[in-house]
Parts: sequence; C-alpha cells; structure tokens
Amino acid sequence: MLDGIMIGLNTAIMPFNLMMVFAGCFVGTFIGMLPGLGPVSAVALMIPITYGLDPSSGIILMAGVYYGAIFGGSTSSILINAPGCSSTVVTAFDGYPLACQGQAGKALALAAWCSFTGGTVGAIILLFAAPALATVSMSFQSSDYFALMVLGLTAVAAFAGKGQVLKSLIMAVLGLMLATVGTDVTSGTTRFTFGSSDLIDGVSFLLLAMATFALTEVIMTVLRGEHVKPQAEIDMSKLGSMRLSREEVKEVAPTVARSSVFGFLIGVLPGAGATIASFMAYGMERNLASVKEKLKFGKGSLRGLAAPETANNAASTGSFVPLLTLGIPGSGTTAIMLGALIAYGIQPGPRLFIDNPDVFWSVIISMYFGNLVLLVLNLPLIPYISRLLVIPNPILIPLILFFSVTGVYLVSFNTFDIHMMVVVTVISIVLKLLAFPMAPMLLGYILGELLENNLSRALMISDGSLSFLWERPLSAGIMVVAILALLSPLVTTLRNRRAAKEPQVAGAEESAA
Amino acid sequence: MSMFTRSRKTLLAAIVGGCMGLSVLPVQAMEHLHILIPGGAGGGWDSTARGVGEALQSSGLVTTVSYENQSGGGGGKAIAQMIESADQKAADTLMINSTPIVIRTLAGIYPQGFRDLTPIAATLGDFAAIVVRKDSPYKTFSEMAAAYNKDPRSIKVSGGSARGSMDHLVAAMMFKAAGGDAKQLRYVAYDAGGEAMAGLLSGETHALSTGFSEALTMAAAGEVRILVMSGDDRNPAAPDVPTMKDLGYDMSFVNWRGFFASPGISQEQKDEYINTLKSMYGTDAWKTVRDRNGWLELFRSDADFTRFLEAQEKELSGVMKELGFLL
Repeated sequence: MLDGIMIGLNTAIMPFNLMMVFAGCFVGTFIGMLPGLGPVSAVALMIPITYGLDPSSGIILMAGVYYGAIFGGSTSSILINAPGCSSTVVTAFDGYPLACQGQAGKALALAAWCSFTGGTVGAIILLFAAPALATVSMSFQSSDYFALMVLGLTAVAAFAGKGQVLKSLIMAVLGLMLATVGTDVTSGTTRFTFGSSDLIDGVSFLLLAMATFALTEVIMTVLRGEHVKPQAEIDMSKLGSMRLSREEVKEVAPTVARSSVFGFLIGVLPGAGATIASFMAYGMERNLASVKEKLKFGKGSLRGLAAPETANNAASTGSFVPLLTLGIPGSGTTAIMLGALIAYGIQPGPRLFIDNPDVFWSVIISMYFGNLVLLVLNLPLIPYISRLLVIPNPILIPLILFFSVTGVYLVSFNTFDIHMMVVVTVISIVLKLLAFPMAPMLLGYILGELLENNLSRALMISDGSLSFLWERPLSAGIMVVAILALLSPLVTTLRNRRAAKEPQVAGAEESAA
Repeated sequence: MSMFTRSRKTLLAAIVGGCMGLSVLPVQAMEHLHILIPGGAGGGWDSTARGVGEALQSSGLVTTVSYENQSGGGGGKAIAQMIESADQKAADTLMINSTPIVIRTLAGIYPQGFRDLTPIAATLGDFAAIVVRKDSPYKTFSEMAAAYNKDPRSIKVSGGSARGSMDHLVAAMMFKAAGGDAKQLRYVAYDAGGEAMAGLLSGETHALSTGFSEALTMAAAGEVRILVMSGDDRNPAAPDVPTMKDLGYDMSFVNWRGFFASPGISQEQKDEYINTLKSMYGTDAWKTVRDRNGWLELFRSDADFTRFLEAQEKELSGVMKELGFLL
C-alpha cells in the first residue's frame, strides 16, 4: 500500500496534474457559485475535455470540479439565499442570516475553512481506510436506510423555532407529501400528477429550495417596500472582515470535527449522499446544542453554518469509496465519473488499487492539494465577493430573479419548471406571511422519497413483516438512536423543571423549619 | 438499398459488430443535424446522442451537430415537440430514443408512440443480463430457474428502475421462458442502477436484472457473476456467459437505441438520414467512440426498423398483460 501511495504521490505532483487540480477547482467553484448549476452540470461539462487527457489527469480534473462546485455552491447560498446546488441548501439556513447581519465575510470564511477541513479529513480517511470502508457501503440494506431516514426526520425539531413546533411538523408533513408526487418506483404507477405528464418525474428539490428561499426572499423584500427605501449604511470593513474570534473558533471546532467524520460516513453509503449528510449534520448539531444555543439556529448560528458545510464536503469525498472500490455510483455526479473511468478502460472495483495504483492513489492525494487550492483561491476573493451585497436592491433583485430562474431551467430544460416555480413561490409567500417555516418542508421532501422507497423495499423483502426493525442489529441500533434523539428534549425539559423546582422546595423546607 | 429493406427471418437477430460488412456508400455531407434528447445531461440518451454526434461530425459526415435536452414527462415532452414541429420546413431534427418508448407508450405514459413519428434507424443494441453475487449458491441460470419454478417466492430480483419498466419486464420474460409463472416474480425496484447493485451486494436480493454491457463492467469489478444474457449468440467480450437459447429457453431480447424524425418527412430526407447514419459505422471516429463507451452495434433502418419495433411491441405487450400492467 505504501508503494501505491508513493506512485500516487509521484503522479499527483506532476506539474500537469497539479495544473488540472487548479483548473478543476477554479472552474468548479465558478460553476458552483451560479445558482442552480451544481456538480452534475459542472462535471458533465468536463466530459469532452477529459477524452484528450490520460486517465489520472482526467479523473483528477473531474474530482476537482466536483468538490470545487460543492465548495462554490455555498457562496450563493450565503450571499443571496439561492443555493448553488442541493447539497448547499442547508448552508443558507444560517449563512444567509449571518450575511444579513453584515457578517458576510465571516460567514464565507467560515464556510471555506469548514469545507477545507471536511474535504481534508475525508481525504485522510479515504487514504487509510478506503478498501476497508467498502464493506460499510455493502452492508447497508433497505431497512437500515429506512432507519437512517427516520433518524434524519427527528431533526425536524432542529428546524423549529420557539413555539413553532406544530407549524414545523405541518411543514415537514407537507414536504413528505410533495415527495410522493410522480412515479412510484415500487408499484410503477404515477401518483398526484393530475394527468399531467410534466409531473411524472416528481418535483425537483432544487426548484423547491430556490422558490421557497431565494425567490420568496426577494419578493418579500419588494412587498415590504424595502427596495425603494434608502439602504442602511453598510460598514464595508465589517462586511468584508473574515476574522473569527478565538471563542468562535473554539465554539465551532468540535462541530467541524464531528461533522467531518459523520458526513464522510453518510457519503460512503451509495443510497444517501451529500445533501442528506448536510441535513443530518445540521439536525445532529442542533440536537447536541444547549438550550440557549438552540435558539440561535436558523438566525445566524456559526455552528449551524459549520455543520452542513463540513458535512457536504466530507460526504462528497466519502462517495469516492463505493465509486472506486466497488464501481457503484452513489449520485448523478459519481455516475458520470464512473462512465469516464470506464471510457478510459479502467475498471473500478476491489482490484483498482492493485491494477491501477497510479489512478487510485493519485486521485486521493490530489484531493489534499485540491482542498488547499480551493482555500487559497477562495479566501482572497471573499472581501470582493461579499461586496455583492452593496449592490443597490433595484439592481440586485432582478439579478437574483434572473439567475434563480435560469438556473432551474438549465437543469431540466423544461419550461413547465418555471411555471411551477412561480406557483411554489406564491404559495410559499402566503405561508411565510402566516409564519410557517420553510426548512422543515425541505427536510421532509429530501428524506421523504428515500424513507418511502426504502420502507416499501424492506417490507417487500420481509414479506410485509415489520420484524426487520428489531431483527437487524444495524436497523435496530439506528432506531434506538432515533428514539433517544426524540426523547432527549423531553428529558432536558423535565430536568430543567425539577432544577427550577428544587430551590423552591428547599426554600419551603427552610421556612417550615 | 436492399441492404436495409431486406427482412430478416428472426426478428431479434442482433447484429453485434456485424455491420462491418455493410458497404459504405459515398454520401454527401449533411450540413446540419439537430439532435433532440428526451432527458437531462449525463443520462444514457444524452451520452448516446453526443457520442453519435461526435462521430458524425469528426468523420465529416455532418458539418455541424447541435443538441437539445428536452426532459419532462419521462421523455414524452420531446416526442410531442417532434410532432408539433413537423410542418416546419427547417426540420433537420432527429430524436434519440430506446426501448422505453415502446413500453411507455403501451403503459399510456406517452400519448403518442413510434407510429406517430418517422422511425429512421436503430444504431445500438444492448442485451439484458441476470447477475448474482460471486458467492451466490446459484451457479447457472437453470439452477435459479429450477428454484423459481419450485417456489417463486424464494427468488428476489432487484433492478434500477420502477416496477413495470424494462428491467422488470425482461426478468419476467426470462423466468417465464424457463417455465415459471411471470406474475409471481418478486421484483425489488431501486431508484438507479448503482443502488440496485448495492442492494444485490448487501444481500437483500438474490439477483440483479440489468443491461449486458453494464453487467460486464460490474463482473469485471470482481464482486458479481453474470448467469445469462439475452442475445442470440454468445458475445466475444464474455464468451463464458451463455445465452438463454444456449440453456434451451426460447427467449431473446435486445434493448435498442435509435433515431426518429418528425412525421411526414420526404423520402429523400429519410434516405439522407439513413445513409448518413449507415456510413458512420465504417469510420474510425465511430470506432473510437464505440469502443470508449463499450457499445454494441445494431443497425436496422426504415421499414426493417419499423417491423422490429412492431414485433417488440407485441412481445412486450404480452408480458405487460400477463403482469397486469395492461388490461
């Protein structure tokens, strides 16, 4: 293995391959920044270019574009609330409020450092454990995925502000309902399409996120009349400042460490991926936070920004485990990369690191350089990019509208999606005026499809018996964690109540004495 | 002309690498070709269209090739667009499609079918295959079929597409050909081929129904074995894998990918498309693209292609009726 790593290192530090890392990261970051255009589009654009390159260089370029796009996607999430790709939707939850508070530079810098750490920790785990982790990819069955999605749903509490529990449950259910639109894989029938062939493929997640966040936000600004009011003086030096205080670093460090490992493990599972990882990391972090910190989530919490940003990059690195060691693509992006490997005549699988050590190890090693390049490329740009917010609203608002709509259209090339986006935006504005939170709906939607498909598969495999929930140790284990996550707020509340009561009791005893 | 109007006795005789014998007619280069792709970037239709386009352009058969992704309606939107744009004179557009156009039209997902378009030619063909884990107790498809015939509930087959789609129908056809009851097949549907493969490896299903070329890649990774494939003859890429016919079951199936033009185009225009596509097979540019993607050639054009589609429709509607997807 050490020989292999040396071969990989030699291949990865060839000047041409270093250039490929740089080019890939650069292109990826920029495509990722455009709302709607994410890693799939970015990597697909690279296909014709890679034909002329040798295998290692081609895959290094594609990998660079892939994590570059996820890296860049956070920028538009934070600055204009329009997610660059589905795995950076959660980044907007706390990143955009931070930007609104004039801390755009800090938010972008934190996102960059978190992405860097997530990607690098992922690459280290990949380097030492990739062949061993293949068994993890292979061991998850439908019932385990189902349990994992239930665990993910317990995070719905994390998306609920104070006193909004009922409203956020309603929105989560709405999300689950929306996920059932389209062709049901298990039965092969179409549901809730109202006879329209445009709904056969369901509703696109990115469209929902874009309509409920970016579009709703800008239209609310117009409705509130803020676009004509003179804008509040923005402190330029503060806006661009990337300084994180020592306390803040201390606060997010454990979050980043947890989310890196957690994100990577979710990425290793072919049936999950970076988007699921970002949602689950956010929920986990909220569940672990103290009562006081919990209130900050969704209003510009640094931990709430750090968790998904770390997890999505770690997960995208993790998805290379099934791709390289088993030849199984876990997402559209890795499916394109699998196609490219096969076009080169390279067979991904358990023997890849023996047969093609140069490709296997050089791709992994190039990820270290890639993450470093992304950091060097992005940090100096932050003071300039964050000035985007100084653009007067009458110019910025049409620009956001334009990029959001074209972004969604360029993914599907279907004008129906634009119409649907308008309808979703109108509904979402009404719900927003009634103070319904949108994030739980997105959580319900992203988990809903996997939840349902995996449950029906598990039921089919077990002949309709629910016994898999306790018979499979892995499923049972995850379900226990899910139940604990649900009960923990209850326990804390009870304990707090008792703690509040005790001094009174003590006081009463004293007075009695 | 007799080359492609000749009817064949066995309708499913797959021509694998057999197009080398076709004479390359001197064709005048087409000025422009527009290819309509019924799905988004990165899918199977997309890669085929762009591969064929690349071969046509770099071999000089077509001066410029442009592409248009038109997803929506599971591909139905693109068909509707082909029909609507029929009267426009500048129709230099071909649409790529494959076996699902037959299935989805039968299932009523598309309001229109291949009869509403002008079938030009099938260009590629892939067979179906049944794959098992390398440590599976089933060494041959006959053993698996015997177990199925004894107790159909004992075999679970995974596939990377919805119930009632190609992977399901073809697996049902295979077990039926081996004497089983197609209706009893336990087909476990996954969202994508990769997930179906992961399902097989995790041990929750016994077999995987997939395309032969995809199965070859999976088998090369070393985790799975191919039990059987649906071609008429064994494939040189995997001479050890028997065909259904080798095992004594009368069944063969080919998943084609091909091109359609708008309805009502002139005979000259049709001939120009067919000759251009036919000339492509002899070019080096095509061989590069084909080998890079591991594609298997299948050329059927014009009336031959239409007859082939009709036969496939009949066969598929039979199994769809049996499984209850059609009344």
